[in-house]
This record gives sequence, structure tokens and C-alpha cells, in this order.
Amino acid sequence: MIKIKNLHWKYGEKKILEDINLEIERGKFYSIIGPNGSGKTTLLRNIARILEPQKNTILIDNKDIMDFQNKELAKKIASVPQNTEISFDFSCHDIVMMGRTPYLKRFETEKAEDKIIVREAMETTNTWELRNKSINELSGGERQRVIISRALAQEPDIILLDEPISHLDIHHQVRIMDNIKALNQKKKFSVIAVFHDLNLAAQYSDTLILLNHGKIISLGKPEEVITKKNIKEVYHMDVYMMKNPTNGKPHMIVLPTVNKSFSDDINF
Amino acid sequence: MELIKKRKHYFLIFVFGLLILSIVIFISASFGSADITFNQFMAIILNKIPFLRENFQSQEIIKSHEIIIWNIRLPRIILAGLVGMALSVVGAVFQGIFKNPMADPYVIGISSGAALGATITIVSGLSSSFFGFAFITIGSFLGATFTVFLVYKIAKAGTKLPTVTLLLSGIAISQLWSSLNSILMIFNKDKIEKIIFWVMGSISAASWRQVLLVFPVVIIGSGILYIFSRDLNVMLMGDETAKTLGINTEAIKKILIAVCSLIIGTVVSVSGLIGFVGLIIPHIIRLLIGPDHRLLIPFSALGGTIFLIICDTISRTLLAPSEIPVGAVTALFGAPYFIYLLDKHKKVKI
Repeated sequence: MIKIKNLHWKYGEKKILEDINLEIERGKFYSIIGPNGSGKTTLLRNIARILEPQKNTILIDNKDIMDFQNKELAKKIASVPQNTEISFDFSCHDIVMMGRTPYLKRFETEKAEDKIIVREAMETTNTWELRNKSINELSGGERQRVIISRALAQEPDIILLDEPISHLDIHHQVRIMDNIKALNQKKKFSVIAVFHDLNLAAQYSDTLILLNHGKIISLGKPEEVITKKNIKEVYHMDVYMMKNPTNGKPHMIVLPTVNKSFSDDINF
Repeated sequence: MELIKKRKHYFLIFVFGLLILSIVIFISASFGSADITFNQFMAIILNKIPFLRENFQSQEIIKSHEIIIWNIRLPRIILAGLVGMALSVVGAVFQGIFKNPMADPYVIGISSGAALGATITIVSGLSSSFFGFAFITIGSFLGATFTVFLVYKIAKAGTKLPTVTLLLSGIAISQLWSSLNSILMIFNKDKIEKIIFWVMGSISAASWRQVLLVFPVVIIGSGILYIFSRDLNVMLMGDETAKTLGINTEAIKKILIAVCSLIIGTVVSVSGLIGFVGLIIPHIIRLLIGPDHRLLIPFSALGGTIFLIICDTISRTLLAPSEIPVGAVTALFGAPYFIYLLDKHKKVKI
């Protein structure tokens, strides 16, 4: 569905992404992982066309992403940003209704169909009862779910998530991830997410993309990507690997290095 | 607030507001230093309406009263209304584009440009007129539009127009123009009073000709801004999010800034710099009905119109026959109400 060929991205003179090649299939769950500054978010922002990739490097359904009209693209790709803080007193319903923007012509008002889609989107994330509340009255987890509903209301083929759970507590992290995964399987849209938590990424993803210094180091099933060797190479630390006893997915255990001196630890 | 459900409710409030507006216009037109009775006033108005003139006219009309009402007060009221409307609508739109509660219609340097243009015309002694418009009007319009163009050129980065750069270059150019303005004033001490009076803002020189100039610009301009209400709502989520929701943020920003600048350049050229309205009216409306631009723009237009007509009436009648600058009145009467609202809500949400 998405094909990325030889994608390079420079920020000024600094190379952020180098020779990225990737194919995204329908209905699969992809996670981009890697240390700070490895280019995870830049890759995601290229796919969202917030940053403009070079011609013919990203194709969606065999059409260059740069040839899409804004509205046309918004019907294909929805994006849940890292920072979902909104400092305006819009109601949750208004916020989710904004997901219908790409489907509305300039002089058109929201139709009954749009209202049904918004309601459905809010019901799947359990936010329908919050609809008349101001977005500012919500907790972080509730707000995140409202923003995910907005992405659902766009009826996209692909949802991009930039660290969707990093500022939530463990309970809400798992609930949101369960929610996204269930929707991903039910609605058959692809998910591409950026994660810091490797274990959570391994639990939920079909495919992991491990980035370091703007290059793909490893790409494949969680057990192929999260290995002792890869973690050592990319994060410069020793870990203990085991299998999650309930589902066999890889689980990484961090080994504290209290005995080593601080300077030994940093060898970039 | 769910607009769809409450649309009818807001429509009724808007109609009620229009009713208040017409009452305000009537009261304002019958107020003034010349003592004109209400009957006399009605007779003058009826006399101007073709059908009613033939059927309902009974009172004798005093010619001087007719001139006062028709040639002095009415154009002034209408102009005040249009200026108030323009300032509030543009204030609301700028606060939305810049996502900054401090933004007002003058934020990208329009005011300083207009002031410098006006000062240059005043000190160069051009007092005649051009097609019936005072040179000072033309000078300030050119100053305002030139400044926006300049600020835009400085801020533009490739095809993008970063709002922070736009704000900063607006501030920088404003400071530059202000210092030039001060220097011009020092070297032309005899004209300082005239310059200061212009800067304080006044609608006292209103004429039908000015109304005819301002009316189409403000009405059509505000209509265009209203068309972009939904885009503005989405743009409040941040430029990047707006982009992923299918909004062409860069193009829309440019259109909005061009339309706003044209409106304000025109308005400033006939009224000078009237402060406060464009900053506070949108905030008051936002506190009352929420941030949705589909409501905010029409209600700001209505609120600004009523507010400036009242302020201008006070400015010409309170200490009649002398005038208080309307810019002083707006803050004097608007600020306490705004502070009251702030206190009631204890949070400003732009």
C-alpha cells in the first residue's frame, strides 16, 4: 500500500534519514523503534507529508505522495501527533468532527452520515459519553482517545501514531494499545507507530523497524529485530532476552549497570 | 459546543443582536449637541424612504436638522459600525492564525505603517484632496499596505509563512516605523498635535463618500473571512495537524492575511488607530459563545459594530461640543467589562 524507495532526508546539511526502503501492507501493525535522534519521527513525518519528501520516494497505492491533494491524502492517512495538547475550549464532539474535514466541501455543512461516523468513532474508543465536555477538561488518556477517534473519523487506510502512549500510566498505555490493535484488526487499516518502549512495541506489532543514525538496521518480526546483538549495537547496552510466557513474543530485560562507572557506559 | 444542535438557538440570538443594533443606531442618531426631537428625527428618516415619504409624512422638516441627521450623524454612525466590525472580525481571525491571545488587527505592523504614511502626508503639507479623499487617507492606506507587503516578504521562507517569524518581523518593522515617526514629529513640532490626534483615532470626519469606500471592502472582506471559518477551527489544532486533516494551511494563511490587511488598511485610512476593539471584542465573544469561528466571526462582527457605535456616540456627546478621542472611550468602557468577564471565567482561552 505504501512503498518507500531510497528515501533520504536532510535537515540543512545534517542527514537525518539515509536510504530508507520499506513496504507497508494493508492491515498490518508496524512500529518504528530506535534511540533518540535516530530519525523515527522524521520518517513518520515524511509519510504524513508534514515534511516534504523528494519526488518518487514515497508512493501510496502506486501514486507519488507529492501528487496528492491535501484532502485526498487526508482520506488515506490520519495522524495522531505526539503532543495532543489543545488550548482551545472545543468540545470533544467538535474535535472528532474535524476528522470529517477532508470529506466536506467548502460550503457544505456536516451531514447525517458524518454524524454517524463520528459517533461510531467515539464509541469504539469509549469517548461518546465525553462528547459534550471540553477537550481541556479531560485527562491525558481520555484526550488521547479523543484524538484517536478523530483519526478514525477520517476513515483512513493508514494511521500514524507518534509515541501515542509515552506520557500515560501503564494502565492507560495498555488500554490504548489494546484499543488500537483491536481496531487495526477489525477495520483493516495499517498502523505505523513510533515507540520508545521496545517491549510494548514487540507485544503489539507485526513488524518492527529498527532505526539508528537514520538507517534501517533491522526490519522484520519482533523476535528477529529485538535481539541481544541488535540492542547492543544500537543502544550500547547488554540486555537479557526472554520470551513472554503467555504469547512467546520477545521480552527484553534491562540489566542495571550500577557497578560500572558512568564513563564506561557512554561510548557512542 | 455542538454547533449542529444549537444552530437555531444561535440564529435567534443573532437576530436579537441585529434588533439591538438597530435600536442603538436610532438612539445614537437622535443624540447630539443639536437638540432634535424624536418626531423630527423620525420625519427626516421617513422622508428619505420613497414609499413612506408619500404616505406617512406629516411633520414639517427643518432643513438644518435634516443636514445634521443625514449628512453628519448617519454617515458617522455607519462608518463607526463598519470600523468596529472590521477591527473585531480581523482581530478574531488574527488571534486564530497566530494562536496568540495578544494578536490584534495591528499586530503585523499595519498600525505603524499607516501612522507613518499619515505623518509623512501631514508633515509634507499635502492638504488638498484626490478624488474627494484627503491625502492623509491615501497616505495611511499606502503606508499600511506597503508595510504588510514588506513584513510578508521578510517572513516568507520558501513557500512557507511561519507565524512566529511573521509576528517578529511585524514587531521589528513596527519599531522601525515608530522611530522614524518620532523623528519626523521632532522636526515638525508645529504639526505634532495633528499627528497625535490622527494616531488616537477618530471618526469625526465621516462622510458618505468614506462610507461608500469602506462598506464594500468590510462587508465583502468579512464574508470571505467567514467562508474560511472551518479551516480556521482546524488550524487552531496546529498547522501540522491541520495539514494532516486536509487543510492547505500555507495557502489559506496567505489568503487570510491578504484579506485582513486590505480591510484594516482601508479602515485605518479613514479612522486612524482605534485600539482595544480588535483585541477585546473577539475575546469577549469567545468567553461568551466559545472558540468556533463559524459563530465567533459573525458575533464578533455584530459585537464590534454595536460597541464602536456606542463608544463613538459617547465620544461626541459626553463633553459636547468638544470630542473625546474614540480610542480612549473604547478602553474606558470596554476594559472594566472585560475584566469582569475574566474574573467570572478565571481563564482566558483564545
